Amino acid sequence: MDSNEPMLLLSSRIGQIGDLGLDLLWRFLHIVVSLFHIVSGIFEAIQSYAISLGLIQKYSSVDIEKLRCLAVVLDIEVARDVAKVVELLQWLKTIGVKQVGLFDSQGLLKKSKDMILEMVPGSTLLQETGEKDISPDRKEGIAIEFISSSDNKEAVVKAANILLKRHLKTSHPEKDEGNNVFTESHLNEALRVVGENVHVPDLMLVYGPVRSHLGFPAWRLRYTEIVHMGSLKYMRYGSLLKAIHKFTGVRQNYGV
Amino acid sequence: MGGEVRQLLEQIHRFSRRCLFRVLSMGPLPTHLAFIMDGNRRYAKKRGLEDGSGHKAGFSTLMSMLQYCYELGIKYVTIYAFSIDNFRRKPEEVQSLMDLMLEKIKSLLDKESIVHEYGIRVYFIGNLGLLNDQVRAAAEEVMKATAKNSRVVLLVCVAYNSTDEIVQAVKRSCVDKADRDTERIQLVDIEENMQMSVAPEPDILIRSSGETRLSNFLLWQTGNSQLFSLDALWPEIGLRHLVWAILNFQRSHSYLEKRKKQL
Repeated sequence: MDSNEPMLLLSSRIGQIGDLGLDLLWRFLHIVVSLFHIVSGIFEAIQSYAISLGLIQKYSSVDIEKLRCLAVVLDIEVARDVAKVVELLQWLKTIGVKQVGLFDSQGLLKKSKDMILEMVPGSTLLQETGEKDISPDRKEGIAIEFISSSDNKEAVVKAANILLKRHLKTSHPEKDEGNNVFTESHLNEALRVVGENVHVPDLMLVYGPVRSHLGFPAWRLRYTEIVHMGSLKYMRYGSLLKAIHKFTGVRQNYGV
Repeated sequence: MGGEVRQLLEQIHRFSRRCLFRVLSMGPLPTHLAFIMDGNRRYAKKRGLEDGSGHKAGFSTLMSMLQYCYELGIKYVTIYAFSIDNFRRKPEEVQSLMDLMLEKIKSLLDKESIVHEYGIRVYFIGNLGLLNDQVRAAAEEVMKATAKNSRVVLLVCVAYNSTDEIVQAVKRSCVDKADRDTERIQLVDIEENMQMSVAPEPDILIRSSGETRLSNFLLWQTGNSQLFSLDALWPEIGLRHLVWAILNFQRSHSYLEKRKKQL
């Protein structure tokens, strides 16, 4: 019995040393990953400055007509920095973007909507129907839409209730399987009725620590190209131009 | 002699993989991983192979990835096997894909298949009514045969579209409410009726072949997911890509957890 104790102690010590060894190896792996991110960050920064200075021919012209609708997803922390958001919008306007949807999950930007529209000259609030406003003074400006999580799942719930009312109006709702009321186009229309813009953004820029759409309205995300731009605080004009330029070169076959 | 060497190499590979996974598990691991298996056709073209072989190579990559995920202890794996949009491809291609799927679905029932090795419960998620009778019947048989398994879960999205999934969930919620004569639908009704409700939200979504869009896959469920777009074509995807995704997930984990708590 007594001889077991030192053995147990020894094996427990060996286990602890083993765990420590594994932990060190794990930390080492993460150091390697961090180094990779640092080095690639440096290269990106250099390239971005080169692009802003016009040194790289490829990026000097962008076929902006291909980008009909841009979405910008902002992490909550980032969305508080309204000055940076305004700067980004001014850059987008310079590049020639006509329509941008600003999303943050908690709707902080919605609350600052008036201030933002005031601070970006030539900006207008995008009409909720998403219809193109073809008046002449709109041609030079940028139309901005403010989106939050309430436009995602809650909007689908509201639209679902509209479809429910329609379904209940049919003569035998219990027997009807609902094939006339429940299709994608019906839900699309119901979302419009609820006041949602259902246009699909062509490109989405994510400003935040992680590449994630952060709960952007699912119904609109189908074929959107999603690009991670990093932190808004350290945003660079060159990286923005590069992302938009890259998008204009993408060919989608839509599953076919 | 050659066979023995191969076996030995495989043993060494397996052992080193186990060691690597032990190290990785010192940090948080994802519970649910999703894959968009893109690039099979481009792979066949790149290698100068005949048309169907890209998909066959892709299937073998899928089996390896599943093995790695389950060895690592990831409980849920979802794959985008066939989109509703893919029905618009050339009829011969659709038919050959359906034939391949039928063959592979049936092989899941074999005693030696990965399903039995890891005790996998298989779900087929999508508008199964759009599939031909044989494929649908085989899928239903596999779901029934694996219903008692509970260790790990494989969700195969076939004839699937996120927007279709949302519409079907809305339809089921409405028809349900109409039956019971209750007034309003709540979010929880729709969530319950989503086909993917059998699994938690994905932690990681990996798309191969460098495309950055989700192509109508899990749009509702990926609000808190980290999205990866890997340049390699699907048949070229290997252990190193999985390890890379997990290491990056571990770096972002505390941020994503914080976000989930805020919502």
